Amino acid sequence: MSPRKKRIFVICIVLSGITISVALILTAFEKNLMYFYSPTEVANGSAPEVRDFRIGGIVLKDSVKRNVDNLKVSFVLTDTVSEIEVQYEGILPDLFREGQGIVANGKLQSNNIFIAKQVLAKHDENYMPPEVAEALEKANSHFMEQYK
Amino acid sequence: MYRWIQQFGSPKYFYDISLVVSKWIGVICLICFIAGLYGGLVIAPPDYQQGDSYRIIYIHVPASWMSLFVYMILAISGAITLIWRIKIADFVARSSAIIGASFTFLALATGAIWGKPMWGTYWVWDARLTSELILLFLYLGYIALQSSFEDRRVGARAGAILALIGVINIPIIHYSVEWWSTLHQGPTISKLDAPSIHYSMLIPLLLMAIAYKTFYIYTLLINIRSEIIESEYNATWVKKMIGD
Amino acid sequence: MLFENFFSMGGYGIYVWSAYAITFIVLILNLFFTIKREKKILRNYKKK
Repeated sequence: MSPRKKRIFVICIVLSGITISVALILTAFEKNLMYFYSPTEVANGSAPEVRDFRIGGIVLKDSVKRNVDNLKVSFVLTDTVSEIEVQYEGILPDLFREGQGIVANGKLQSNNIFIAKQVLAKHDENYMPPEVAEALEKANSHFMEQYK
Repeated sequence: MYRWIQQFGSPKYFYDISLVVSKWIGVICLICFIAGLYGGLVIAPPDYQQGDSYRIIYIHVPASWMSLFVYMILAISGAITLIWRIKIADFVARSSAIIGASFTFLALATGAIWGKPMWGTYWVWDARLTSELILLFLYLGYIALQSSFEDRRVGARAGAILALIGVINIPIIHYSVEWWSTLHQGPTISKLDAPSIHYSMLIPLLLMAIAYKTFYIYTLLINIRSEIIESEYNATWVKKMIGD
Repeated sequence: MLFENFFSMGGYGIYVWSAYAITFIVLILNLFFTIKREKKILRNYKKK
């Protein structure tokens, strides 16, 4: 290969690489510029009805029901305004727990139950030792009690 | 300003300074690495939610910061190359590309490994992860483009233009977690707020950040020296300095 | 035992250590090739 041909070859590869990545961005962001919908958005019907979509929210306290025989689990997802029931069968991420933010991928049924194919945990940007978290929690509940 | 740039951009001047500076930078880098690793892996307590898995933060976050920082250096030196045609600027850009791509790769790889146990997946196509992947393509594109020209100067200019076009991606990466809902969480350390990380975990992170930055500067200085000798092959000062 | 804890990382050992291993390898390779290149260039120059 002559140097000139080689150069043209490489430029073509680079250009096609850029094109592919721009196409990737556009398709990825077009469909899920918002990576997930909130329960409120689902409740007022702005989420897609036919195709799969993602829903993000917090797992409501005391709403997780696990099936003893298999990996089926159901829980309620909330954004403090609206709630929606989610059913899922499979292994949950380690961070899945009540009060945790999660993102579920699946379909909304006509009875307003969300059937998830995948459940991902979303954690916040806070990092602290367990003792500090505990102390914070204690201080918080103390504070709440005072102002009840 | 121009004169200052020219003086600093003079290869001999740069070579002399870099010999002294790189040694000290190397020492600082090594100390920060050892202290940061010890602090992060041994002293720092486990996280209240993520247990010990959060310790990946000490190599993931600095790599992500550096992937953006090195790209800005690449773009700025590209702009200087285009405007003033200063050789050193091109050397800086050339020497930054591979290590910048390495940092980007590491940010993606360590993030994926961290994502599996915590999020439940190695990869999602959310705005943060996708834009960081595009950054890797930009680096690789720069390396390929810049090396495909027989004439170095043409290659430098072509690469500089690509680097400058790609700058648009940097604010997208940075603000992606705020502009769009993403699986990736918001920034732990931002300039305006107090960091949302306990100080016992923060100190090793800052040490690692210094270690990464000095590591980059260390390899950058050595690479620039190599570039200088290669391009100033016949200059008398090179003969004087190395020849004897 | 403390040492065992360090390696198991509370059950996340495989993830934590593989992430650190990849980082270590990539950084060392960068350093190695950078230094090797400078040495080679200097050696060639002196030979001339």
